[in-house]
Amino acid sequence: MKDGSIRAKVAYRVENDLSTDAIYPGKYMATVLPTETPQYAFADDVEFNQKLRSKQVPPGSVIVAGTNFGCGSSREQAASCLKGYNLIVLARGFARIFLQNAVNLGLRTLVCPDIEAHEGDELEIGDAHVRNLNSGQTFALQPLPEARRAIVAAGGLIPYTRKRLLQSTADAR
Amino acid sequence: MCMTLVQKILARATGQSSVRVGDVVEPAVDLAMSHENAALVINQFLEIYKGVPFPPKVWEPSKVAIIFDHRIPAESAKTATNQKKVRGFVARHGIEKFHDIRGDEGGICHQILAEYGYVRPGYVVVGTDSHTTTHGALGSLAFGIGATEMASVWTLGTVLNFEVPGTIKVEAQGRLGPHVSPKDLILHLIGKISAEGANFRVIEFHGEAVRSMSTSGRMVLCNMSVEAGATAGIVPADEETRRYLRDEAHVLQDIPPVVPDADALYDQVVEIDAAGLVPQLACPHTVDNVVAVRERQGVKVDQIVIGSCTNGRLEDLATAAKILKGKKVAPGVRMLVFPASWRVYRKSLEKGYLSDLMAAGAVIMNPGCGCCLGVHQGALADGDVALSTTNRNFLGRMGNPKSEVFLCSPEVAAVSALTGVITDPEEGGGR
Ligand code: SF4
Repeated sequence: MKDGSIRAKVAYRVENDLSTDAIYPGKYMATVLPTETPQYAFADDVEFNQKLRSKQVPPGSVIVAGTNFGCGSSREQAASCLKGYNLIVLARGFARIFLQNAVNLGLRTLVCPDIEAHEGDELEIGDAHVRNLNSGQTFALQPLPEARRAIVAAGGLIPYTRKRLLQSTADAR
Repeated sequence: MCMTLVQKILARATGQSSVRVGDVVEPAVDLAMSHENAALVINQFLEIYKGVPFPPKVWEPSKVAIIFDHRIPAESAKTATNQKKVRGFVARHGIEKFHDIRGDEGGICHQILAEYGYVRPGYVVVGTDSHTTTHGALGSLAFGIGATEMASVWTLGTVLNFEVPGTIKVEAQGRLGPHVSPKDLILHLIGKISAEGANFRVIEFHGEAVRSMSTSGRMVLCNMSVEAGATAGIVPADEETRRYLRDEAHVLQDIPPVVPDADALYDQVVEIDAAGLVPQLACPHTVDNVVAVRERQGVKVDQIVIGSCTNGRLEDLATAAKILKGKKVAPGVRMLVFPASWRVYRKSLEKGYLSDLMAAGAVIMNPGCGCCLGVHQGALADGDVALSTTNRNFLGRMGNPKSEVFLCSPEVAAVSALTGVITDPEEGGGR
């Protein structure tokens, strides 16, 4: 594994098709600011919500998910609340809007179609592979599409758009 | 030139003669819609302008629409304050396509966009709501985005770094039977291809069942395309689209429809025997957990919901009123009806649907999203079962993770309201 790889613990494992209603229930949608949304992450899942709020999940921990993570509502709170805890989401697959929101906000997401891991497992995450240090298995990561890489490189969509805005007004002059 | 409808629309929106699947493009946006979450869009929009040496300016206020619908009238002080903040912004930036909490022009955002003729064939429509896909019913490319991405659209007027999606062609052959509706067709499709079967792709709807369907029915198909993960659902515009725009949305100019090339290349073709379909039911807790209604016949129901951007339109209320007229909602069952807009409300009132529903025991709610997203207006008790014409049945969707939600057509909801149990209109529950 290349330099630059990181070690992280699996804090939680969720099934396929976990919706944004589960990640951030609709009843808390009036709370919008990224500084305020983390308290409601997984709010209906009282146990995990408590763990997050009482800081039992260290920053940089991983949520391992099945396919279609973040399906359903486009609510951006579902990405911002996880970003607030600096979590990494490692999924077999993501729903489109959630993935785009995550990229836009700088929530780290990794697509790993064959990932097998349990809660508590330790992972070594590199550029192209993830190694489960508990099982010894290695899984390939799907590279982020070109279109999304530029936004990640800029530090999110806000700075990226700001740069484009300043460019376009400079060009107009 | 072998282009699907989404490719045709994106080529136009990027000023190119053609685009290929996988190309990264920056289409110009024709309409950018938000609802209460405009409060977050505003926040992100002002963030973009931090450190910029000129004041924030919405790229084209006439192309921005803001409609309050998710929590109306406000269910909390926090929501009311968000709404107030949005009102101020709307006034400062001259946004005219604004629909406040009013009985003369409000309703669910997706219904308002169609009714007011804000959407046209060939448009690129984005909305901070996943069901923005609804507007594919008018031959536009319409998809949901997050609030930060909307802030970027407000700033630049384009969607940045958008990958041209592949397309799944759905061929719905034959006409739907008398007790079978567009809702049954889309539930069946989602069950067939799964909740992620169309992820990152567009569904293009074809076939006799779609051609013979009203725009209102096509809205149901496109609306729920997102429940199969689709970026968008889309129906090529035709004579019916023209009729809707002219007669119902009062759009006077004639708009040349954009249609896919005859030799368009599709990722996948899914054929559905629409004529052979029976009423469908999505069971808890995923939308692709679909069975024939008759397989779950007899499940006791506590709350019936008719409404939402999926099935709260005039023809849905008409169906329910016809079934309930002169009869009674079963004792112990709460039936809530949310017209999709005040225009739908008013027409249903004029046609007598609302009084028939009320006389049967249904509660007529104010237009809006209502209990669809589990915020207010119809919470479920622990252990409750809801049968709903809305579009999502995820665990906790209607506000209580200890309840269950089944999804169905307006006809199934109405006949089940009479019996108090899930009932197949084709088996005794019929009109
Ligand atoms: S009715 Fe339901 S699905 Fe439709 S926009 Fe409102 S909350 Fe979303």
